[in-house]
Amino acid sequence: METEPLTITDSLVIDGVQLNSRLIMGTGGAPSLEGLGAALHASGTELTTVAMRRHSVTTAGSLFDLLVDRSIRVLPNTAGCFTAREAVLTAQLAREALETDWIKLEVIADEHTLLPDAVELLDATEQLVARGFKVFAYTNDDPVLALRLEHLGAVAVMPLGAPIGTGLGILNPHNIELIVSRAGVPVVLDAGIGTASDAALAMELGCDAVLLATAVTRAQNPALMGEAFKHAVIAGRLASQAGRIPKRELALASSTMNGRPDL
Amino acid sequence: MTESRPIYVPASAITVNGTEQNVRRGSTVTDLVAEITGRHIAADGHATDKQGLGVAVARNREVVPRSQWSGTVLTAGDDIEIVTAVQGG
Repeated sequence: METEPLTITDSLVIDGVQLNSRLIMGTGGAPSLEGLGAALHASGTELTTVAMRRHSVTTAGSLFDLLVDRSIRVLPNTAGCFTAREAVLTAQLAREALETDWIKLEVIADEHTLLPDAVELLDATEQLVARGFKVFAYTNDDPVLALRLEHLGAVAVMPLGAPIGTGLGILNPHNIELIVSRAGVPVVLDAGIGTASDAALAMELGCDAVLLATAVTRAQNPALMGEAFKHAVIAGRLASQAGRIPKRELALASSTMNGRPDL
Repeated sequence: MTESRPIYVPASAITVNGTEQNVRRGSTVTDLVAEITGRHIAADGHATDKQGLGVAVARNREVVPRSQWSGTVLTAGDDIEIVTAVQGG
C-alpha cells in the first residue's frame, strides 16, 4: 500500500495560517526584480520578507506588486533597526503600508556582526505583542533567549545559523536542536545558510522552516539555487520525520552472513 | 481678465524623507501622499483605484494611520517619513 506523500499533507502552520512550503525567502541582494521573481518562483516559497524604506520613484510599488502577482504572502521586517523604539515604529509603518500584523523583528547590535541585541529584542517583542503584532523574532542561537521570546508571545522564533550574509552554515547545531526540543512555537532557522545542505541540516535538526535570502539572491544562478533549496527543505523535513539511524563507532553489515557460500 | 501678477501662496516648510520642501498652507497628509505617489487618494486613505497603495506615513516619529491622513494638516517644521516595501531580509 502506498502512503500519501508527506510533503503534501505536512504543511507548516504559523498564527493559524497554513503554508505549504517550509522555505521562507528574503528578497535582499537580488540584482534585478526579474531575476528575483524567477528565483522566488523556483523556490516554491509562499512567504517572503521585505524591508521598509523611504518611498522614492525607484522603489515605487514594484516589489510589492511582484509578490501580490505571485500570491506570495508578505512578511515585513525591521532590518536596520538598532533599538526597540525604531523597531516598534518600523513595525507600525509596515502594518499601515502592507496591512499585515506579521512582523519579522530584527533588532541588531552593530553593523559588523549584525547580531541581535537581546535586550532591545525582548523589549521590542513585549511592546509589539501588546500592540497586537504577530512577532517572528530573529534571535541568537540561544536556547534561553528563544524561550523568553516565546513566553513574551512571539508566534515564531528564528534563531540564526550564523551571522547574516556569511553563508557559514549552522555553527551550533546542538543549540538549534535544544531550541527545537523546548519550543512550543515554530522554529525557523534564519541567517547564515550558504548552500542546500545547510538548509537540509536545519530541517533534520527539527526546525519547522528555513529563512534565507543571500544564498539564493547572490548565487551565480539564483533560480537554480532556489530550486535546490526547495528540494533541500523537503528532503530535510522528510528525513527528520523518518527518524535517522543512530550513529555507531564501528561498521554494521547490512547483508547477513547467514548462507554465505564457502568460497 | 486673467490675473497676471504672481499669486502669493502661503507655504509651510516641512521635511519629507530627509529633504526640506514647501507645501501649500493647509495641505494635509493625503495631499502630500497623493503628490508623491501620483495616485488619487480618497478621504479614507485608500487609493481611489482600489489598488493597494503600499505606503505608510510617520509624522514627527509617530505613525499617522491611513484613516487620519485627510484630517492631519501639515504644519511648519513637520518631519515626515513616507515609507514603502523594498527588497530586504
